[in-house]
Amino acid sequence: MAANDRIFFDRYGLSQADLERYLAEALSDGGDYADLYFEHTTSTSLQVDESLVKSALEGISVGCGVRVLAGEQTGYAYTDDLSSEKILKAARTAARIASGPASVSTVGLSSVQPPSNLYPVVAPSTERALSERLDLVRRADIAARAYDPRIAQVRVSYADQSRHIMLAGSDGRIVTDFQPLVRLSVYVIAQEGDKLRSGSHGGGGRVGLEFFEGDRSPEKFAQEASRQAIVQLDAREAPAGEMQVVLGPGWPGILLHEAVGHGLEADFNRKGISAFSGRIGKKVASELCTVVDDGTIPSRRGSLNVDDEGEPTHKNVLIENGTLMGYLQDKISAEQLKTTRTGNGRRESYEHIPMPRMTNTYMLAGQDDPDEIVRSVDRGLYASHFGGGQVDITNGKFVFSASEAYLIEDGKITAPVRGATLIGDGPTVLTNVTAVGNDLQLDPGIGTCGKGGQSVPVGVGIPTIKISRLTVGGTAGRGMQSFT
Amino acid sequence: MAELDMEQTAKDLVDKATAAGASAADVVVLEGEEFSTTLRLGKIEKLKEAASKGLGLRVFIGTRSASAFSSDFSSSSLEKLVQRTLEMARETSEDPANSLPDPALLGRYEGDLQLYCPDIAALPTEERIAWARRAEEAAMAADVRIRNSEGSWYESNVGTKVYASSAGFVGSYRGSYCSVAVSPIAQAEPGDSMERDYWYSVARSVAALEPPEAVGRKAAERALRRLGARKVSTRQVPVVFDPETASSLIGHIFGAVRGDAIYRKASFLTDKLGQKVAGENVTVIDDGLRPGGFGSRPFDDEGIPASNTTVIECGVLKNYLLNSYAANKLGMKTTGNATRGLAGAPGVGPKNLYLEPGTASPEEIIRSVKDGFYVTELIGFGVNVVTGDYSRGAAGLWIENGELAYPVHEVTIAGSLQDMLNHIEMIGSDLEFRRSVTAPTLRVGGLTVAGA
Repeated sequence: MAANDRIFFDRYGLSQADLERYLAEALSDGGDYADLYFEHTTSTSLQVDESLVKSALEGISVGCGVRVLAGEQTGYAYTDDLSSEKILKAARTAARIASGPASVSTVGLSSVQPPSNLYPVVAPSTERALSERLDLVRRADIAARAYDPRIAQVRVSYADQSRHIMLAGSDGRIVTDFQPLVRLSVYVIAQEGDKLRSGSHGGGGRVGLEFFEGDRSPEKFAQEASRQAIVQLDAREAPAGEMQVVLGPGWPGILLHEAVGHGLEADFNRKGISAFSGRIGKKVASELCTVVDDGTIPSRRGSLNVDDEGEPTHKNVLIENGTLMGYLQDKISAEQLKTTRTGNGRRESYEHIPMPRMTNTYMLAGQDDPDEIVRSVDRGLYASHFGGGQVDITNGKFVFSASEAYLIEDGKITAPVRGATLIGDGPTVLTNVTAVGNDLQLDPGIGTCGKGGQSVPVGVGIPTIKISRLTVGGTAGRGMQSFT
Repeated sequence: MAELDMEQTAKDLVDKATAAGASAADVVVLEGEEFSTTLRLGKIEKLKEAASKGLGLRVFIGTRSASAFSSDFSSSSLEKLVQRTLEMARETSEDPANSLPDPALLGRYEGDLQLYCPDIAALPTEERIAWARRAEEAAMAADVRIRNSEGSWYESNVGTKVYASSAGFVGSYRGSYCSVAVSPIAQAEPGDSMERDYWYSVARSVAALEPPEAVGRKAAERALRRLGARKVSTRQVPVVFDPETASSLIGHIFGAVRGDAIYRKASFLTDKLGQKVAGENVTVIDDGLRPGGFGSRPFDDEGIPASNTTVIECGVLKNYLLNSYAANKLGMKTTGNATRGLAGAPGVGPKNLYLEPGTASPEEIIRSVKDGFYVTELIGFGVNVVTGDYSRGAAGLWIENGELAYPVHEVTIAGSLQDMLNHIEMIGSDLEFRRSVTAPTLRVGGLTVAGA
């Protein structure tokens, strides 16, 4: 094991015998399986607002979560104190989910390391001088203000973390990982008279500070945020009603995250409460669509060497040429559905119970020329940047909100329109995909997904696509009725 | 740790920081116990229990400052924390607005806010599980079309918060809450499309929770009434927000009157103090003194005693909601809205923020609409308080000739917060403090419903 990986043994005096003792305690009431999830996370956040470094924050979070599985039941307890006494107490608490004498014992623990490291970082950002990190933030602030005199407010935030995890399971596995994460975000407000418009952009990943160079420099992020805000100054009301929608490449991949990704998480499907339940092998998209969830892309924000249950991540095909292929699994769902784990068991921290989550979700590139796709649309909406989205898993209805969008008129992108929410139906929206571009892009690396009160970093991606029918939630109601 | 020990820890850390060279410092210490259980179809799915503690430190060097947090209370670790935080503070900017509040403003509200009830911690685990079980049983038994369940939950939290500062403040208080919730799934026939909804009750004592059977029945009713939902065509109609969705509008008002948005000019209500921003029927109050309120506390996270703030009075914007930083920036006085977890400097948060109820019953409001939309669920994040642009996904029931006629889904409602505030056409009498930001049923004009 690399030096980093021994942190819990070296700094907290844990031994393999301790781990075995804690697992035995966790299984003492008859649980089928137990695991210990140790976490040590150092984090920093910095903010420049009004060109002042207003906040600098550093924190250390250390703890251990103990999980016991008994059939489909989960017992969970955690402690922020790594003393034997406290971990044993947590193990006893978690053990109570089962009832009966101990029936399972831990198989000899041994280290199982993932074959390669997807995010080798020479110098973790949390260990770099604060001044180097502040420099990135200041550069973004200066670049945004220099972009246009109408940029009235700039806020830049930087956040990094160095997360060490160790999972010890009663199946014998000890897995460790070191997970760096960094991001830089720029938020600006443009002002013209009393008109205010906002724009935001940023980037990051499981990388070191060297990431922020070239096309990913603080200046580029700042210019992009500023460009969006300035464009919005001329935006008119967004149209309302059903129309043809073209999504640009990259961020608009949030469509996949909301429309299909969540609905394919196995916890909802083993319970039969997802709009996608029982649809494996069925057609849920046009043949142009192949969608994957891939936790193995080097250095990406949503990537992991192993998930938070110690399982290596994979490139999982969710939809292949329009046919639903499989779900995103964690341990408990895979066992119940009698299938293999997919490396999607994730948790926010040691305080949280793992569940199936996405990693990097994207659609493979198709054959179409993106310009040709736009030219093929008589009248419609072109959306290139999105804020957040949400989905009702059970009925499949999802929304995602465009922060930059334009009208398409006679095959040309014309006037910018105000932010609008797009709404659709997950199991059918992709059946209306009539063109897929050859220009797949992944998002810049600042996405976070929330589910059941837990936030985890994720990625999305998509090529330019055309959807023949989608409801756009603007205000320019009457004028646009001719669209349908 | 006992409350007094926690106060001592906080005071000691403030002293350590000033002894090490900080010109001022403040500390938050939190300790809590959480419990949660999920049942599904009568079986325990998850059982979670844990205790945790943590502290947050902020140091000042003149008008520079930095913060840190940790769960390690050992003396050597705190020593290092102080040193590291001071080092960071030296790299931040001089900022004249950055200071602890004026000591003359510090204090605590001495009345009983009823934030803590011992019956929560005393409730045996089996009974906690029974709350969730009973709620789900009632939902499943309500109708044959309730065919599945996402689960039912009982959760509780008890905790203590301490705040101490070098301005001479130290104080602590305990709080507790518990909740029961259930999310049933309705289906007209097996194999048909499904609709999920939920209901919940949350209170500061077990005794104040609604009976689980009532929660379960209401959840079932909410899921059942969504069956057979359809889209409607795009049009402009009156929209009636039920109290759950109306409360989210008050949340957007909060987003637009919070002091940090105002000094950044990142709100459509910037520079509007004393001006008419809403209809004359609109009054919005931020009440810090409501007994048992989820936003009540004896002092805020800078040691300012709880009070009431009038935000909008008869349509006129009266006050922004401020912590001391935002107050300094704007040349105003803090309204005691500083809020802080362990991480970082104080932000701005609501106390108990509500829109004053009117006289109409929800039924009267629905009856007043000939053709309109009764919204019971909003999804997505399409609200921008900088511009006031509003566009969200919605579901609910269509109103025809004053009656709830049929369920509607896959539509959006859009407009602007400015217009919405000026077109609150009716205000219900059904205000409940089920959360810290709340409103009664509202009828709002000027919105576009987009669908087919």
